[in-house]
Amino acid sequence: MEDDAPVIYGLEFQARALTPQTAETDAIRFLVGTQSLKYDNQIHIIDFDDENNIINKNVLLHQVGEIWHISASPADKGVLATCYNKTSDSKVLTCAAVWRMPEDSEPGGHESPDDSASTAHTLELLCHLDNTTHGSMACVTWEPTGDGKRVISLADNHILLWDLQESSSQAVLASSASLEGKGQLKFTSGRWSPHHNCTQVATANDTAVRGWDTRNVTEPVKTLEEHSHWVWNVRYNHSHDQLVLTGSSDSRVILSNMVSISSEPFGHLVDDDDLSDQEERRPEEKSQEPPQDSVIATYEEHEDSVYAVDWSSADPWLFASLSYDGRLVINRVPRALKYHILL
Amino acid sequence: MAAAATGPGPGSGPGDSPEGPEAEAPERRRKAHGMLKLYYGLSEGEAPGPDPLDPTDLNGAHFDPEMYLDKLRRECPLAQLMDSETDMVRQIRALDSDMQTLVYENYNKFISATDTIRKMKNDFRKMEDEMDRLATNMAVITDFSARISATLQDRHERITKLAGVHALLRKLQFLFELPSRLTKCVELGAYGQAVRYQGRARAVLQQYQHLPSFRAIQDDCQVITARLAQQLRQQFREGGSGAPEQAECVELLLALGEPAEELCEEFLAHARGRLEQELRSLEAELGPSPPAPDVLEFTDHGGNGFVGGLCQVAAAYQELFAAQGPAGAEKLAAFARELGSRYFALVERRLAQEQGGSDNSLLVRALDRFHRRLRAPGALLAAAGLAEAATEIVERVARERLGHHLQSLRAAFLGCLTDVRQALAAPRLAGKEGPGLAELLANVASSILSHIKASLASVHLFTAKEVSFSNKPYFRGEFCSQGVREGLIVGFIRSMCQTAQSYCDSPGEKGGATPPALLLLLSRLCLDYETATISYILTLTDEQFLVQDQSPVTPVSTLCAEARETARRLLTHYVKVQGLVISQMLRKSVETRDWLSTLEPRNVRAVMKRVVEDTTAIDVQVGLLYEEGVRKAQSSDSSKRTFSVYSSSRQQGRYAPSYTPSAPMDTNLLSNIQKLFSERIDVFSPVEFNKVSVLTGIIKISLKTLLECVRLRTFGRFGLQQVQVDCHFLQLYLWRFVADEELVHLLLDEVVASAALRCPDPVPMEPSVVEVICERG
Repeated sequence: MEDDAPVIYGLEFQARALTPQTAETDAIRFLVGTQSLKYDNQIHIIDFDDENNIINKNVLLHQVGEIWHISASPADKGVLATCYNKTSDSKVLTCAAVWRMPEDSEPGGHESPDDSASTAHTLELLCHLDNTTHGSMACVTWEPTGDGKRVISLADNHILLWDLQESSSQAVLASSASLEGKGQLKFTSGRWSPHHNCTQVATANDTAVRGWDTRNVTEPVKTLEEHSHWVWNVRYNHSHDQLVLTGSSDSRVILSNMVSISSEPFGHLVDDDDLSDQEERRPEEKSQEPPQDSVIATYEEHEDSVYAVDWSSADPWLFASLSYDGRLVINRVPRALKYHILL
Repeated sequence: MAAAATGPGPGSGPGDSPEGPEAEAPERRRKAHGMLKLYYGLSEGEAPGPDPLDPTDLNGAHFDPEMYLDKLRRECPLAQLMDSETDMVRQIRALDSDMQTLVYENYNKFISATDTIRKMKNDFRKMEDEMDRLATNMAVITDFSARISATLQDRHERITKLAGVHALLRKLQFLFELPSRLTKCVELGAYGQAVRYQGRARAVLQQYQHLPSFRAIQDDCQVITARLAQQLRQQFREGGSGAPEQAECVELLLALGEPAEELCEEFLAHARGRLEQELRSLEAELGPSPPAPDVLEFTDHGGNGFVGGLCQVAAAYQELFAAQGPAGAEKLAAFARELGSRYFALVERRLAQEQGGSDNSLLVRALDRFHRRLRAPGALLAAAGLAEAATEIVERVARERLGHHLQSLRAAFLGCLTDVRQALAAPRLAGKEGPGLAELLANVASSILSHIKASLASVHLFTAKEVSFSNKPYFRGEFCSQGVREGLIVGFIRSMCQTAQSYCDSPGEKGGATPPALLLLLSRLCLDYETATISYILTLTDEQFLVQDQSPVTPVSTLCAEARETARRLLTHYVKVQGLVISQMLRKSVETRDWLSTLEPRNVRAVMKRVVEDTTAIDVQVGLLYEEGVRKAQSSDSSKRTFSVYSSSRQQGRYAPSYTPSAPMDTNLLSNIQKLFSERIDVFSPVEFNKVSVLTGIIKISLKTLLECVRLRTFGRFGLQQVQVDCHFLQLYLWRFVADEELVHLLLDEVVASAALRCPDPVPMEPSVVEVICERG
C-alpha cells in the first residue's frame, strides 16, 4: 500500500500561524495567517478534500496587521482568535482579538483561487483582548473542552484568563497571574493541558525535544535529537499521543513514535484516571511487545524554516506544516503505522 | 759296596802300549767322553770338521784309527808326528784323570745313598710298630666314649627341663612383680616404661586369667593401668605441654587399648581449643583498639600460629589414627575445614582492611606468605580443600585490587580534569589570554599514562614468578586477560570515554559549567587515544602480562572506535557550546534593540566586533590542539583588503535585486530559486577533527541564530541598513575561518534578505557606504 503523496499549497506571503479548525470535525480544515508588513494580511481557510486530494481555499482579509498566532474556537467553528502586530511609527505592539468569519466564507464556494484578493471577505471583529497594561501578546488559546467562553492569553510574563461574554462580543479579564522566573522572561507559547492528570509534557530547546514528567522535572524522561536546528513546534496527536510531530528551522518536519512519553498504555496497563480518552483507546490495545521509540518519518518538502505544525482536528492521521516562505504541506501518517496502531 | 770294583783296569794305563793302545785309547776315550757329554747335556757343538762321517775326525762317531794313523804317517813329517804323539799322550792323561775324579765322586754319592736307604729301612720298621699301637689305643678310646655317652644320656634331658623351668619361673616372677613395678613406674612418671610392661604382660594375663593367682595379678594390673590411663588422660587434658607431648600421650593411651574413636574426638577437641586460642589472638590483632600490625605481620602470625598448629595437629593425627581409615580422615578434614574457614574469615577481614591501601607489594608479599603457608596443610589434608580456599581468597583479593586500581585510575583521571579546570580558570584571572592548552593536554596525557603504568606495575606483582600463587591457572589466564586487560585497562579507557561523554550529555546546568576549553582538550585527548595511546597501552599490557588466555578480549579497533566517537561527540558539543555563546550574543543584540526607531547606521555595532573577536579567540584556541584542515579551493589566500573589494563588487550584484523595493513575491521567488541551487545546510551537524570544520560549525550556528532572530523582528529603514552593515562586517572577517566561504555568504545574504522582508520601508544603503563604514569600524 503506497502512501499518498504530500499535498502542497503555496501562500503568497510569509506565514507563521497555523491552526486546525478545532470545532470542525467533519471536514479537514486548517487556518493559516500570513505575515506581511506591506500588504493586507490574510487568513487562508484551507479545506482539504481527502477523497480527491484537492485543496480548496478561502481567503479572509485581516487588515489590522501581520498574524503571529492563530487559534480557532473549539465550540464555534466560525470564531477564531489571532495575535497580530500593530505597527505604529517606531513602535510594535502585539495585540490579540477574537474574530468571526463571515458566514458565506465556507469553503466549497465558487471563488477561484487566483483572484483571492478581490473576492476576499473581511473578518468581523468580535472583541479585542485589551492588553495595554500587560505588554505584547504571545499567544491565545481556547479552553479545549469548554464552550468557547474562556480563553487564555500570554502577555510577556503574564497569563491572562479571559471570559468572553455576550456571544463573545466582550472580553472581560477574569484573572491574571504573573509568572516569576530568573531573568526577564518572555513566554512565547502556552497550551491547555489536554488531560486532567497530565504528567507528560514535551518541550523543545535548541535541537532537542525532551519529554518531561511534571512530577519530577529535574531529569527529562526522553530526549530526541533528530533536528539539526531549533525545534519551533511540538504537537501530540489528539487521539494517539505517542505520535509526536515536530517542526524545525532546519526545514524538516519529523513524525516520531515516542511511546515512552505518551499516555498510551503499554499492553493492558490502562490508566484508570484517564477516563476521558478511554472510549477512543479501548479498541487499540496492542500486542504485548513493547513498542520502541523511533522516528517514523522525516518530511523534507519545505525549503525554509518550519514554524508551525499541527494535526487536523477531523482526521487524526493527517497533519499540516507551514514554512516561513508560505508553503503549507499536508501529510498523512504512513498507512502501515496507522494500521499497526489501530489493529 | 762291591760295585766299587769296576773302573779302569790297572793294566791298561796310559802309555802301556806305545802304538796299539795308543790307537785304541782315543776311541774308548771318545766313547766315554761322548757318554759323559750326553750325561752333562753338552752338545757336540765344538765338533770340528764339517763332516761327521769323516773317519779321520778324532772326535767323530765314525773315527777309524787305522785311517787316521795312515793319514798321519802319510802326511806328517816326523817332528809333527812326535808332536802329535805327545799331544795325544797329554790329552789322554788329562782325560784319564778327569774320569777318575768323576768316578770317585759318583762312587761316594752312591755309598752315602746306600747308607741312607739302609737307615730308612730300619726306621720304617719302627714306625709300623707305633702305628699298630695307636690303632689299638684308638679302639679303646672309642669304646670308652660310647660307654660315657650312654651313661650321661638321661641326665642331659633333666638339665634341659630344669633350664625351661627356670625361664618360666623368671617370667612368673615378672608377672608377680608387675603390679609393684607398674606402680613404681607410674609414681616415677615413666609412663612409657609402664605401658611397655603392661603391653608385654597383657597377653599372658589374658590367656591365664582362669587361674586365680593370675586373675589377681591381672586385676591388680588393670587397676594400675586404669590409674595410669587416668593420669595420662589428665596430662592430656591439661595439655599445656604442646602438641608433641600430647601426641605421645595419645600414643600411650592407644597402646593401653583406649577406644581410638573417643581419643581422636578428644584429641581434636583439644587441638581445637588450642587453635581457637590462636584464632582469638589473631582476632585481637584485628580489633580496632590496638594499632593493627601491618598485613604482612598479620599473615606471618597467622601462618606461624594457626597454620603451623594445624599442620602439627594434622600430622600427629594422621600418624596416630592412621588405623581409623577413611572415617578418621574425614573427621580430620571436617575439623580442618571448619577451623580453616574461620581462619580464612579472619584473614579476609584483615585483607579487607588493606583494600584501601596503596602498597601493593606488601599486600602481595602477605598474600604470598599466606598462600605458601597453607600449601603444607593443603598437601596434608587434600580433602579439607584448604589450598583451594586459600587460592580463592587470593584470587578474590586480586580481583578487588583490580577494582580498586580501576577506581583510583578513575579518580586520577577526574583529578586531572579538576586540575585542568583550575588551570583554565586561573590564567583568566591573571588576565592572560589562552592558557597553554597543548601543554595542559600533554600534562594530562602523561599523568594518566603514568598512572596506568603504575597500576600495571603494581598489579604485575601478582604474577611475579617468585610469588607462590602466580602459577595458578587463574593468575596465568583469567587474571591477565579478563582482570587486567579487560577489567582494568579496557575498563578504564571505557570509563574515561564515558566520563568525557558525560560532559556533553547534560547541556543543562552541568554542561554549561564545563569550560569549552576542557571539552576541546578532552576531545583531543580522546582522539590521541584513538590514534596511538590505546594501542600503546594495550600492547604494553599484553607484553607485561603475556596474555595466553583464549577468552575473547576487546579488540583495539573497538576501543579506538569508541574513543573516536567520544572525541567526535565532544568536539561537536564544543561547537554547540561555543556556537551557543555567540548565538546568545547575537540574539540579545537583535532582541533588545528597537529596530524601528534606530538611527542611521554610523558604525558597525560593537556586538559584531565582539563576535569576530570571540571567533578569533576560538580559532586560536582550537588551533592549539587541532590541525588546520582543508578549505575549499575557492578560498584564495587573498588579503582582507582585496577580498573586501572582490566581495563588495560581487555583493552588489547579488544583493541588488533584493534591495529594490519590488514586490515581495519577487524576493520570495528569487530566494527560492537560490535555495533550489544551494544545498541544504545542516546547522548542527557533526564536525570533523580539524580547526576549519570546528569553526565552520560554530559560525553556522551563530549565523542561523541571527537569521531566525531577525525574522522575529520588524525593522525600520535604518534598522535594515544597520543589519546590512553588520552583515557586511561579518562577511569581511568570518570568511577566513570557514571551509567554504560560500556558506557564510549564503547565510548572511539570507539574513539581509529576511531583514528586508521584515522592513515596511526597505531602502538599502549604498554598498560603497557600507564598505566605508565597515572599513572604518
